[in-house]
Amino acid sequence: MSRRSAIDSARARSAWMFVAPMLIVLALVAAWPLARTIWFSMTNATLVDLTTYDFIWFDNFVVHAEGRWYGIFTDPQWLRALWNTLVFAAVSVSLELVLGVIVALIVNAALPGRGLMRAAMLVPWAIPTVVSAKIWQWMLNDQFGVVNAMLEGAGFIDGPVAWLGGSSLAMVSIIMVDVWKTTPFVALLVLAALQTLPKEIYEAAKVDGIHPVKVFFKVTLPLIKPALVVAVIFRLLDAMRMFDLVYVMTGSSEETMTLSVFARQALVSFQDVGYGSAASTGLFLIIALITVIYIMALKPLGREKAA
Amino acid sequence: MAVSACIHHLRLFGVALLAMLALGPARAQDDGAHVAIACGALGIELELCRDAAQEWAAKTGNTVEIVNTPNSSSDRFQLYVQLLSSQSADIDVLQIDVVWAGMLESHLADLEAPLGKRVDRMFPALGANNRVNGKLVAVPWYIDAGVLYYRKDLLAKYGYQPPETWDQLTRTAAAIQQAERRAGNQRMWGYVFQAKAYEGLTCNALEWVSSYGGGSFLDLDRQFTADNPQARAALNRAAGWIGTIAPRGVLNYDEEASRGVFQTGNAVFMRNWPYAWALAQGEESPVRGKVGVVALPKGGPNGESAAALGGWHLAVSRYSRHRAEAIDLVKYLTSAQEQKRRAIKGAYNPTLTALYDDPEVIEANPFFATLYPAFENAVARPARPAGARYNQVSDAIWRASYDVLQGDSKAGPALTRLEDEIARIAYRARWNEAAR
Repeated sequence: MSRRSAIDSARARSAWMFVAPMLIVLALVAAWPLARTIWFSMTNATLVDLTTYDFIWFDNFVVHAEGRWYGIFTDPQWLRALWNTLVFAAVSVSLELVLGVIVALIVNAALPGRGLMRAAMLVPWAIPTVVSAKIWQWMLNDQFGVVNAMLEGAGFIDGPVAWLGGSSLAMVSIIMVDVWKTTPFVALLVLAALQTLPKEIYEAAKVDGIHPVKVFFKVTLPLIKPALVVAVIFRLLDAMRMFDLVYVMTGSSEETMTLSVFARQALVSFQDVGYGSAASTGLFLIIALITVIYIMALKPLGREKAA
Repeated sequence: MAVSACIHHLRLFGVALLAMLALGPARAQDDGAHVAIACGALGIELELCRDAAQEWAAKTGNTVEIVNTPNSSSDRFQLYVQLLSSQSADIDVLQIDVVWAGMLESHLADLEAPLGKRVDRMFPALGANNRVNGKLVAVPWYIDAGVLYYRKDLLAKYGYQPPETWDQLTRTAAAIQQAERRAGNQRMWGYVFQAKAYEGLTCNALEWVSSYGGGSFLDLDRQFTADNPQARAALNRAAGWIGTIAPRGVLNYDEEASRGVFQTGNAVFMRNWPYAWALAQGEESPVRGKVGVVALPKGGPNGESAAALGGWHLAVSRYSRHRAEAIDLVKYLTSAQEQKRRAIKGAYNPTLTALYDDPEVIEANPFFATLYPAFENAVARPARPAGARYNQVSDAIWRASYDVLQGDSKAGPALTRLEDEIARIAYRARWNEAAR
């Protein structure tokens, strides 16, 4: 008994030794900046002079003073950014999931030129986001963009459309570009799952004469569910933090401002370190909340598997 | 995966940072002081600055380095903020926008003693703008103000005078636009200006509201002043232009986009800065010789012409290791002789009023005489009361104006929301406590 525990503790020690470098790096690059951001979110620090500030508790988040409500949770612009972020995340992740599964099914089928298709599929995912955002920004330009030229040439539109101008079209355009860019990522994960599926099940289904659509919903979908779950959590967290695409394509425009763009504007353009940190902390809390809810919702799934 | 990508970026950043620290900026080690100046980013502006700075260096035995800065003014502002908030001595002399005086005040040296007298000989609005918290933070280098460009030929053809009120402008623009279109010129528009959601719209909105006697959004006591009938009338009038005398695309126009429309002959009137004059009258310009400049219209018979004050100034960093030499460079660059050279070579509007009587300057730029009243009546953006919060205030102003122009909102509710936003800014900046 005691010998076993001695071995156990020795193993635990060496395990800690192996984990330690990673933990130290994580503490330096993740925990420390996070702690500092949370600290600054409770101050009124500005970039004008970062050395003197007051500790103001939660006044940056919500406070009632002088007969009005202040703080990010009551700031119409922040709430608008929250709404934009949620809409963006929900719509883009749903579309990417559906399209990703379709693309994966196509390239999983034994078609001629499949290898080329798989490679070509990854191109949008391989281009750095800032570069593809800039490319799309030019393509969607209302005056000399190729998208308008093509649509006009084909007779779909009469005059130039301001894709990224001040209208709800801007959000549609950004979602479209994000779907273009990240569908390959989902497709790749789903494709990997598809390739591990046992062939026998499909042969059995074929022998029994089951309709392919029914096979997909009754066999394929349940089997690739774990991969979909992983794809959704990755994509959801990425989408909630969306910054680069929006910032490059439409700047700090209110129509498309996400929570990260709001935080950057407060921190850098307005030099308001306290308020910007509060906005970042708010985003952190929201993402943490979504992750917890998601994992809780998945628990029954894990138990099913264990049983 | 996302986290590890993040860490990867941070690591790369760390390596880059270490490399930068290890190399450090190369510095001259001879007798004279080494002064770094950030001025224009490209073209004639950079050329004029470099030549003059090197001339000063040759005369005084110091060395001078021209620091490359981004062309976009908001990017340049961010660079300055980064450098100054880390108390960097990398830049000694900075070229700053007229509205940055309040925002950068805490980082800039007081120039009152060496250069206060010179500033008193410049347009009064400039001195008022640059004296912040009892210190002179920058010396005006060149001045800008919004002006109205018009097509002389078209006004003469249809028998109109340059407009004195916005009502006249609206009527004249509509009539000429209609007549020209009937004559087959389908792309003709009446009026183009800057209505994109950016700093330029704050300038335009200020001009409208102020010309109607509606104040300048914030008074010197930091009280919101634009919730009044004149301001509402001014903004609603501007909203009426969109789609009638101005193309809907004006909602995405900055200075250059409006100039593009006007200079290709497709607009009767244009609001712009003086720089557009030299280009509209250039060799290649289709409207060469057909352009006139007047002060912007008044709000009504009782209103006043209001032009937004613009321009760039020279300031000295508080963290400079060679403050005396840096101040001497500013003194040299803003001197009458140097401003005259810039006016003749680059059409930069001098800040010293006396230069507008100089025959050589007027000969090179005959339109300077027309601009003089616009400079004299220029209205400052609320940069002085807003101080460090100016970017935020301006952002709120242009967003409210944009909502009205776009037709999302009438001026009344938009201005009420603007008041609420200014209250939020005031609360965070503790303006009310400071006033008590």
